[in-house]
Amino acid sequence: MLTDATIKNIELKAAAIRETIVEMLVAAGSGHTAGPLGMADIFAAFYFYILKHDPHNPAWEERDRLMLSNGHITPVRYAAMAHAGYFPVAECLTLRKFGSRLQGHPEREKLPGVETTSGPLGSGLGQAAGYAYGARMDHPPRGAFRVYCLMSDGEQDAGNTWEAAMWCGANKLSNLTAVIDRNNIQINGMTEEVMPLENLRAKYEAFGWHVLEVDGHNVSAFISVIEQAKAIYEKPTLILAHTIPGKGVKEIEFDYHWHGKPPNKEEAVRFLAELRTLKGKIRSEHQ
Amino acid sequence: MSDIKMEATRDGFGRALLELGERDKRVVVCCADLAESTRVLAFKEKYPGRYIELGVAEQNLATIGSGLANYGKIPFICSYAAFNPGRNNEQIRTTISLNNVPVKIAGMHAGVSVGPDGATHQALEDIALMRVQPNMVVLSPCDSEEAYKATLAAAAHPGPVYLRFAREKTPVITTPDTPFEIGKAWVAWESEHSPEVAIFATGPLLAEALEAAKKMEHALPAVVINIHTIKPLDREHIVEHARAAGAVVVVEEHQVAGGLGGAVAECLSEEYPVPIEFVGIKDRFGQSGEPKELIAYYGMDAAHIEEAAKKAAGRKKSG
Repeated sequence: MLTDATIKNIELKAAAIRETIVEMLVAAGSGHTAGPLGMADIFAAFYFYILKHDPHNPAWEERDRLMLSNGHITPVRYAAMAHAGYFPVAECLTLRKFGSRLQGHPEREKLPGVETTSGPLGSGLGQAAGYAYGARMDHPPRGAFRVYCLMSDGEQDAGNTWEAAMWCGANKLSNLTAVIDRNNIQINGMTEEVMPLENLRAKYEAFGWHVLEVDGHNVSAFISVIEQAKAIYEKPTLILAHTIPGKGVKEIEFDYHWHGKPPNKEEAVRFLAELRTLKGKIRSEHQ
Repeated sequence: MSDIKMEATRDGFGRALLELGERDKRVVVCCADLAESTRVLAFKEKYPGRYIELGVAEQNLATIGSGLANYGKIPFICSYAAFNPGRNNEQIRTTISLNNVPVKIAGMHAGVSVGPDGATHQALEDIALMRVQPNMVVLSPCDSEEAYKATLAAAAHPGPVYLRFAREKTPVITTPDTPFEIGKAWVAWESEHSPEVAIFATGPLLAEALEAAKKMEHALPAVVINIHTIKPLDREHIVEHARAAGAVVVVEEHQVAGGLGGAVAECLSEEYPVPIEFVGIKDRFGQSGEPKELIAYYGMDAAHIEEAAKKAAGRKKSG
């Protein structure tokens, strides 16, 4: 039941996840800032409401599978998993360090619960699709669980993404829901300048998908489109989640230069001070 | 040669898939628009629910395979070796090898013996691509019977496997009783005299190696070893035969660089250096032609193997 209190709790978790992201990136001294901050609300929604999962039993067979295609935003996943109880939040500070389970890009065999190994862009949708297909073979018509695939917009440049998109449409993979983090930036600049992607909705629809759009910082709206996707039986669903890169830290929001770098110590102090004043406020901005 | 059965290694693969379909419900076949020529058509017809069509999309062939294996299936992903693992090498590296999921990669039409199709379709670097990936097992069967066994063994292996197959019909050298175990090389033929050269061959060229060894038996006694598993390499047997013979020839229908030649050289330079001659492709692309003439032109037939054996033996330090 999605009550106001539940939504409030998710928003508070998102705020905590953002703080952890900044703390882990500054400790790591490298990594990506904009994407993880921009996806904090969606990850909070997944780990604290949407997903059927058990942090103490990551291999639970009936868990929903959350496959991250753009592995470079993994700090947000690690932070969300830690806050959900998969491992101590303190372990987040080992990100990218020698011997850590928290590799710079996620690895299935290193950390239980990350589901797959990813980072090289464009290969996550196919992996999620294969997984969903296998599940549907054994548990028709929709599987014992749902498969979610999170992608970046930048990786919509990659051919493999479209091979997979075509295949999902052809196979009517309705147990798969994909989410594109439509934050409009990639390393070299704005997506529409580097390699124009629009019209993304029309492209996916042409490939046989049901497409929904949502404000990726509005937790209740996001949960609502996830629920709508479950009711679509004949097609895979794509959610175009419009997000703001660097969300929560005003000075870096919308700035593509923050795609692939971490804050330094001084910046981190400023960012954290700002994030700590923000608890639960992000949703109200969009009401 | 007329009484020797001729069959392509890909046919042994197709037979094994049918048996696996019966034996193990987890086995699924993914194919990129080449069902007939990869010999998965019979599987498709018998088990349509476990045949998965990808269209001409080899990158997705690898990622779909990865997802299926991650879920719990045993997928065979099938296309020509030039594209699988040629085109989808990075997808295999990240989503199969590093991910360590049990996808079985079947690369067809390997080598120049594809013939008329020409260089674009003649995979000569697939062994090199696959043997440098951790977790990956690399199998290169010598005939259709061994291809059948290798396919069954690949399905039973818990990790990723690359299987290399050829298009042409070649002599069936082994029998159903010939043992097959991943990582265990075996002696295909040995001179009655103490061998003065050890010939390590992989794939259907084993037949050419055998022909060469038998022909030169009295002039130069040889032992011929079938290396069906390129990774993990049977270092123990390779060193043992190199030590006994004192000279080595490596035979493969593949670039010498990075192929079995490279693998054997890496092993012997570390364990027991002896003169080695390489029969294989030497940094060239193939071209259109008939399989037999191409094998001869690129220096991989029995006559060239004999020549290489003599050269290797001649390089031994006297005394």
